[in-house]
Amino acid sequence: MAIRGKEIPVDISLDINGRSEPLSVDPGVTLLDALRERLGVTGRRRKAATAASAAPARCTSTVSQCSPALPSLAATVRRPVTTVEGLSTGDELHPVQRAFVDQDALQCGFCTSGQIMSAVAAVREDVSDVREFMSGNLCRCSAYPNIIAAIKQASEQAAADTRRADATV
Amino acid sequence: MRPFELTRAATVQDALESTGAFLAGGTTLVDLMKLDVLTPPCVLDINDLPLRGISTSDGMRFGALERMADVAAHPGVYPAISKALVLSASQQLRNMASIGGNLMQRTRCSYFRDVTMPCNRRVPGSGCPAIGGTNRMHAILGTSDACVATHASDVAVALVALDAEVVLTSADGTRTLPLRDFYRVPGSTPEVENDLRAGELITEVYVPRLDWAATSTYVKVRDRQSYEFALCSAAVALDVRDGRILDARVAVGGGVATVPWRLTAVEAALQGAQLTEEAFADAASVAAEGAHPLSGNEFKTTLLTRTIVRALLELTEGSHR
Repeated sequence: MAIRGKEIPVDISLDINGRSEPLSVDPGVTLLDALRERLGVTGRRRKAATAASAAPARCTSTVSQCSPALPSLAATVRRPVTTVEGLSTGDELHPVQRAFVDQDALQCGFCTSGQIMSAVAAVREDVSDVREFMSGNLCRCSAYPNIIAAIKQASEQAAADTRRADATV
Repeated sequence: MRPFELTRAATVQDALESTGAFLAGGTTLVDLMKLDVLTPPCVLDINDLPLRGISTSDGMRFGALERMADVAAHPGVYPAISKALVLSASQQLRNMASIGGNLMQRTRCSYFRDVTMPCNRRVPGSGCPAIGGTNRMHAILGTSDACVATHASDVAVALVALDAEVVLTSADGTRTLPLRDFYRVPGSTPEVENDLRAGELITEVYVPRLDWAATSTYVKVRDRQSYEFALCSAAVALDVRDGRILDARVAVGGGVATVPWRLTAVEAALQGAQLTEEAFADAASVAAEGAHPLSGNEFKTTLLTRTIVRALLELTEGSHR
């Protein structure tokens, strides 16, 4: 029986970019802090201390595609987590990363890892309203038109890949 | 964040026996713990409970742990509900936040969220700085001298319009309550926000079948086009035959009311109405009856009626006389 009010570390195992990472964390440790401070996975960045307090003036970046928005506690994460570090294959960029380079979809780069992870989900889910889908990812440099262009490029490429795959069947 | 003990509930029974704060998506609870607004000594992670599933066969049933994004994307969900969900928060938050948690979310009042300020809802009897302070985002309907904070849920407005019920489970069994009766206006006890009793858990949301709910919508007016709370919102469903309104469901909320606010007076005024903007404006004009605007939100009485009219126009587009 645990003592009420005591912070008792929880033994967890996080699946990060296909690697299993056993960890002992205090209950209040967020997934973000576990990734950055404990596992050295720094692609994911903090935009604001609380979920909805991100103002347009703040740079922002979020999360991994399968994983939670900002406030997730590490000890409550059950699903595998992919961060921007887990996207590329060796030196070969993921098509969405390639599209961001091609379309110059960034300026300072702070928000880019989060933009890319959301963009990967937008392409995969073939969302109709890209602007609404991406609205949780703010960009202080306002690279929005180029980000939208990059998602369009990656979506078109994904559709072409699907057609090619269908044609060869 | 204050230290706390975290445990996982394996069964609903576990959860009902616990005194811990229930954690589902965490998008409200963890935020408020970071701000020291909530300081539960124990938190119970309920994500393993079998409270999933979406059914649209006879009315609609949503397991309390279904995520907002999944309900929004489910085919056959009444448009007012799916639109209200899609217009909420951001995709990342919709991926995490549960339906039950959404209904239990706390107010966004900035005084409630700032522990250095008085707040009758957080510390009963300490006062309400919003009434004489910054109150543009506060309510005009259902307010009291003790509290003017809004209920920020979008989907709750759509659910109240469509007579949704919440299924509450406790050690004694389950009871079902219209969502409209679940919420409590602040009155002199703003700290009591709803009818959920100690030892009770929301396990399901039920929306009764309404054959004309396919003609429903949700309009949200806000300062930014996305990822922003409402200044005013309206959920409307219409039964239209032969160019006239036979029946209507209207609820408003977001930035105008302390709880999701059903407008039966507007519904009555819409019965038999023709599909003209003038008729809509006439019916909507009774919406702000009994409203108490504050120094910074007088504009909401007009915004309220216009939001309803816009929703009605959107629903009847193409059939105006």
